[in-house]
Amino acid sequence: MTPQDASPADPRVLFADLIGEPGALLPVLLRIQARLGFVPPDYVPVVAEALNLSRADVQGVLSFYTDLRSEPPARHALRICRAEACQAMGSDALQVTPVPGRLEVEPVYCLGLCACAPAVVIDGALHGRVTPERLATFVADLPE
Amino acid sequence: MSETVVYVPGDAAAIAVGADRVAQALQAEAGARGLALRIVRTGSRGLLWLEPMLEVATPAGRIAYGQVAEADVPGLLDAGLLTGGAHALRIGAPEAHPYLRDQQRWVFARSGIVDPASLDDYLAHGGYRGLRRALGMLPAAMVAEVEASGLRGRGGAAFPTGIKWRTVLGANATQKYVVCNADEGDSGSYSDRMLMEGDPCALIEGMTIAGVAVGASEGWIYLRSEYPHAKRALETAIEGAVRGGYLGNSVLGSGRAFHLRLRIGAGAYVCGEETALLESLEGKRGVVRAKPPLPAIAGLFGRPTLVNNVVTLASVPAIFEHGAAAYAALGSGRSRGTLPLQLAGNVKRGGLVEVPFGISLRALIQDYGGGTASGRPVKAVQAGGPLGAYLTERDFDLPLDYEAYAARGALLGHGGFVVFDDRADMPKLARYAMAFCAAESCGKCTPCRIGSTRGVEVIDRIVGARAVEDRTRNVVLLRELCDTMTHGSLCALGGLTPLPVLSALDKFPAEFGIASDAVAGS
Ligand SMILES: Cc1cc2nc3c(=O)[nH]c(=O)nc-3n(C[C@H](O)[C@H](O)[C@H](O)COP(=O)(O)O)c2cc1C
Ligand code: SF4
Ligand code: FES
Repeated sequence: MTPQDASPADPRVLFADLIGEPGALLPVLLRIQARLGFVPPDYVPVVAEALNLSRADVQGVLSFYTDLRSEPPARHALRICRAEACQAMGSDALQVTPVPGRLEVEPVYCLGLCACAPAVVIDGALHGRVTPERLATFVADLPE
Repeated sequence: MSETVVYVPGDAAAIAVGADRVAQALQAEAGARGLALRIVRTGSRGLLWLEPMLEVATPAGRIAYGQVAEADVPGLLDAGLLTGGAHALRIGAPEAHPYLRDQQRWVFARSGIVDPASLDDYLAHGGYRGLRRALGMLPAAMVAEVEASGLRGRGGAAFPTGIKWRTVLGANATQKYVVCNADEGDSGSYSDRMLMEGDPCALIEGMTIAGVAVGASEGWIYLRSEYPHAKRALETAIEGAVRGGYLGNSVLGSGRAFHLRLRIGAGAYVCGEETALLESLEGKRGVVRAKPPLPAIAGLFGRPTLVNNVVTLASVPAIFEHGAAAYAALGSGRSRGTLPLQLAGNVKRGGLVEVPFGISLRALIQDYGGGTASGRPVKAVQAGGPLGAYLTERDFDLPLDYEAYAARGALLGHGGFVVFDDRADMPKLARYAMAFCAAESCGKCTPCRIGSTRGVEVIDRIVGARAVEDRTRNVVLLRELCDTMTHGSLCALGGLTPLPVLSALDKFPAEFGIASDAVAGS
């Protein structure tokens, strides 16, 4: 499951140790997301000020990278590989309907498991040689 | 009774097919039976269709068992697993397996064998002999050694590694960097991942040699976020190297400093392009930079920077250990040494095959791969990732060689091969290539950003059109579009996406609903 700690009173404590790093912006945003599950919009000005950047710089990076998100994640995340090697092994048949708030379903483009295709990752756990039946079981077995 | 060591891969692909569960079951069952057993988590040998594949240390060497499920564990122990006993899943000595027997492993010599978390194990298997030799050489001689090996970049562009090193060595600056490109985004490619998980010390050693050679005291690894297992393996290995004095202010007491940092990406294929990668390391959007200046002259934070792929850098220790001449003696034409090939997709025996350049695609797909997993005929093989061409049976005798592939309008890229059976839908794959480019474009140039979106629409129109004239007209349009992308793109994302698209069209015109003579017209 994606970690979702409560926001601390002073957001800076989450990334204070990274402020002096060269090219700190991306690591800082990734750190915030690792702790909170997303980068809350009200963190943008805080990060900008801490790193001496403009809000547009921070927003620009936030919007560029697929991994970074501004809304809280659902409780569970399923990522299905849609790249070529998995297509060759029938990943098109792997279809799961998302459940708002409970289950997100996103494509991913290669997990490096291409010899054990098709591959998915559920809440960080990797699965290869997945069939539609096995995928349905994984989803059904997810804790509430 | 002394304890028996059982090696279970901690490789992500092995884990994805149940290696963790097998390790737990083995530990629990051995405990219940009072058996003295120690599990070591290694990388994978690369016989990925046999994963989870575990190996038992016996007086006669290691004995492997393949495709082990947790439910097999009690039966395996009954059969005398710990002494290499007979069982339906028993493979025997892994080195004697036909898949491994004829490979020539330079880069992957230790993967699947050593404990990636142990510096001592690395040293016991020949680790750091290359660096020790390198430290006795002058930087110019080190660079000359790399040049003499004929090594070319394994990240895709196949640029001569020695020339790049020489440029960085010659650049005058107080701070230089070595950057390892571990963004491995190509579908069908997993050799970087396997190396980092199975033998991370080799990458660290390669980067250290590179740093000492070009005069860079800092190395940065840019690792894609999809590889958390590789991240942990690298973190552990870096800590070990620091503790052992192999990284730090004075590498092995040589007086030369080399420090390593690990940075994680955030899901952007284009950040594998070296200048976008540098932007990303600087904390910015991964937008491609115009060249010149070359990164070797002005790279990370504007300093001279050596950017090399994981496998390129991990090839270096063996080159220094065994000598450039021995490495250069292998290969074909101007492609010297070995390439770790990766078989993927619809293939019966998918896995990593490290052999000298020159092997035919037929030998790779049929002899190693055993044909398709589905048992149906091979229809197409995409070589070199999402920007690589689709090849067919007619290309199967092509020798694996950068120039031979280029002459056929194809590329070797990072050495990944994705096999498709006769159910592959070529227009759909061509459309996918355009859609992937549209989704991953950094947005800097119009032919790539807009052209790829148009490409998707045009392919939809070709597939949807009823009249053959409509289809033919749109095929002409698609070719023009591809031409614009090829010639008007700043980097290979926009520049090479036409390769899979046009190879699919040229080799399977009927699937696009056009006669083959309409194809020849371009
Ligand atoms: C869109 C795009 C993606 C790339 N992705 C990677 C990658 O994931 N890994 C890599 O090593 N090189 C990648 N490259 C090639 C790099 O730009 C660069 O050539 C390479 O890192 C140089 O190292 P080498 O000489 O050791 O191959 C990519 C290039 C392009 C255009
Ligand atoms: S070709 Fe595409 S990815 Fe490459 S620089 Fe141009 S817009 Fe960016
Ligand atoms: S293509 Fe799906 S894991 Fe590589």
